[in-house]
Amino acid sequence: MRSADLLHFNLQLVLRHRFRSLMILLALAIGVAAVNLLTGLGEGAKAYVLSQFSLLGNETLILLPGKKETRGTMPPLTGESPRDITLDDASAISRLPGVVAVAPLSVGMAQVHIGARTREVIVTGTNRAFFDIRQLQLQQGQMLPARDLDIASPVAVIGSTLKQELFGNTPALGQWLKAGDSRFRVIGVLDSKGQAMGMDMNDLMLIPIASAQRLFNKPGLFRLFIQSQSSDAIPAVKQRVEQLMQRRQGGVADITLVSQDAILSAFADILSALNLAVSGIAAISLLVAGILIMNVTLISVSQRTAEIGLLKALGASNSDVQTLFLTEALLMALLGAAAGILLSELGLWAMRLRFSDLAFYSPWWARWLALAIAVATSVLFAWGPSRRAAGLQPVNALQGRRTDA
Amino acid sequence: MIELHQLCRSFLLGDQAVKALDNINLSIRAGEYISVMGPSGSGKSTLLNMLGLLDAPDSGQYLLQGTDTTLLTDNERARFRRQHIGFVFQSYHLVPRLTAQENIELPLVLAGVPPQQRKPKVAAILAQLSLTERASHLPNQLSGGQRQRVAIGRAIVMQPQLLLADEPTGNLDSQSGLDVVNILEQLNQQGITLLVVTHDPALGQRARRRIRMVDGRIVADEQHSTAAGTLHA
Repeated sequence: MRSADLLHFNLQLVLRHRFRSLMILLALAIGVAAVNLLTGLGEGAKAYVLSQFSLLGNETLILLPGKKETRGTMPPLTGESPRDITLDDASAISRLPGVVAVAPLSVGMAQVHIGARTREVIVTGTNRAFFDIRQLQLQQGQMLPARDLDIASPVAVIGSTLKQELFGNTPALGQWLKAGDSRFRVIGVLDSKGQAMGMDMNDLMLIPIASAQRLFNKPGLFRLFIQSQSSDAIPAVKQRVEQLMQRRQGGVADITLVSQDAILSAFADILSALNLAVSGIAAISLLVAGILIMNVTLISVSQRTAEIGLLKALGASNSDVQTLFLTEALLMALLGAAAGILLSELGLWAMRLRFSDLAFYSPWWARWLALAIAVATSVLFAWGPSRRAAGLQPVNALQGRRTDA
Repeated sequence: MIELHQLCRSFLLGDQAVKALDNINLSIRAGEYISVMGPSGSGKSTLLNMLGLLDAPDSGQYLLQGTDTTLLTDNERARFRRQHIGFVFQSYHLVPRLTAQENIELPLVLAGVPPQQRKPKVAAILAQLSLTERASHLPNQLSGGQRQRVAIGRAIVMQPQLLLADEPTGNLDSQSGLDVVNILEQLNQQGITLLVVTHDPALGQRARRRIRMVDGRIVADEQHSTAAGTLHA
């Protein structure tokens, strides 16, 4: 049989048995789409979690007061360390070689009043370097002033949600608000950024670190962000900070230094569980797709037993018959897989539009794997029955369906 | 043209071996018109399948135009079938999704004949069987007689020497049946060897050579100089 005729014969089969073809293609497409879509969703979720941990940047160290274990038990509650990290420590660290900037953090709750409105707000004392390290963008106004750490000033930068809740649609810049017993002038509003590392940046009020220490009457820092020149310099900086703190704290460095790598490795179990979940989703959808395709192919072949007998009576050899059925299976697999991939990419695109934070992309291997599974299962499961059918005595096969037209 | 020597074929029915063909010896010359009659289960259909190379014997010899077909591979048997033998079935066995024209064209397609050579052959057959106007109809848009004419067209498009018909009028009313028989006999007069398997004595008696089978054996093989009786169903 000529290959052009082979293709034409099978195309005719697809086109003139529209309902049957549609059902087979649907099953194939759903199988392939499931693999692609589910893997894409899993990868998107994984990428989201990873990005949440990566926001810190790999050039940043976090200095915490007290010796803490990052593994095993729950971390102790803050504020129980015998030795505080002070602003003087922060200034000393900022002068160490390899350190570009430090951002101290002092966090507390305060009642914020504006006119008659009152709201409980997390107030964070910090400095200008914090804006760089956390990559905070301003919607309007300016950042905290770049001054020495120990100089207090009555200014505040607020998150976008807080701005909306305190001021509504009226302008906030230049307005005074009262936090505890102190008054602060709003000099900037943060761009909405969402959650990062468990802190809702939209609900934040940032004031100079010295003002915060006065407000909370607490000389110790909650933590200190240390930015190094490069990620390569991190180990050296880490060592210098430890030595310096050992000297300053009288022989024992009662501190904990955390890098992004350490955070990521602490969450290694979660990440590997996520990886496992994504692979599991892909495997299950592949299995389901495979079984779906298998059934469809088996039905398609057994429905055409009579035709196999006829083709043999008309002079087709066993290998001709098998070629016909395998070509049909291959044609269907390719058409179905193409439709399925198109469908799932559309689905992922729609998901990305809906949830702009999450990057729902299926990895390239998922598409190839889905295609390979579609082709392999349909050819494999067309192979067996078509071989059996080709081996049937033609007349028996013909008598299998006497009601043929 | 055809020589059968001590041909045997048995089937297992449950745990019992049934001899469908029991030491058949038969020789058929080119251009003969033969009918095979006999009760159900007498081995008529098995003989037909055997002659059509659709089935292989357990023992014995089948010479088709001097070639011992029992020694052929599957592919060679398929080629022999395609080139020398045409089939007409009781229930037509047309491919339902193909038009009359495409059904007739199918053996040519399977044989790998290029499209430009296929067209005139199919057109000639359609004209010969008065089916030109029905060429692009699907089988379910045709009457029984028309369907069987399409099936005959398909059987002869490769210009075989041997035409095997299994109850060709079994599903037809008497008028369409007569039309079909006339076409088959016309083909026989043009030189094709015609073998008809039937239950219908009226059809069987039109053949010049009448073979009667019982229990896998040929019990009668008569030559008649002229066709006797007329077809009435």
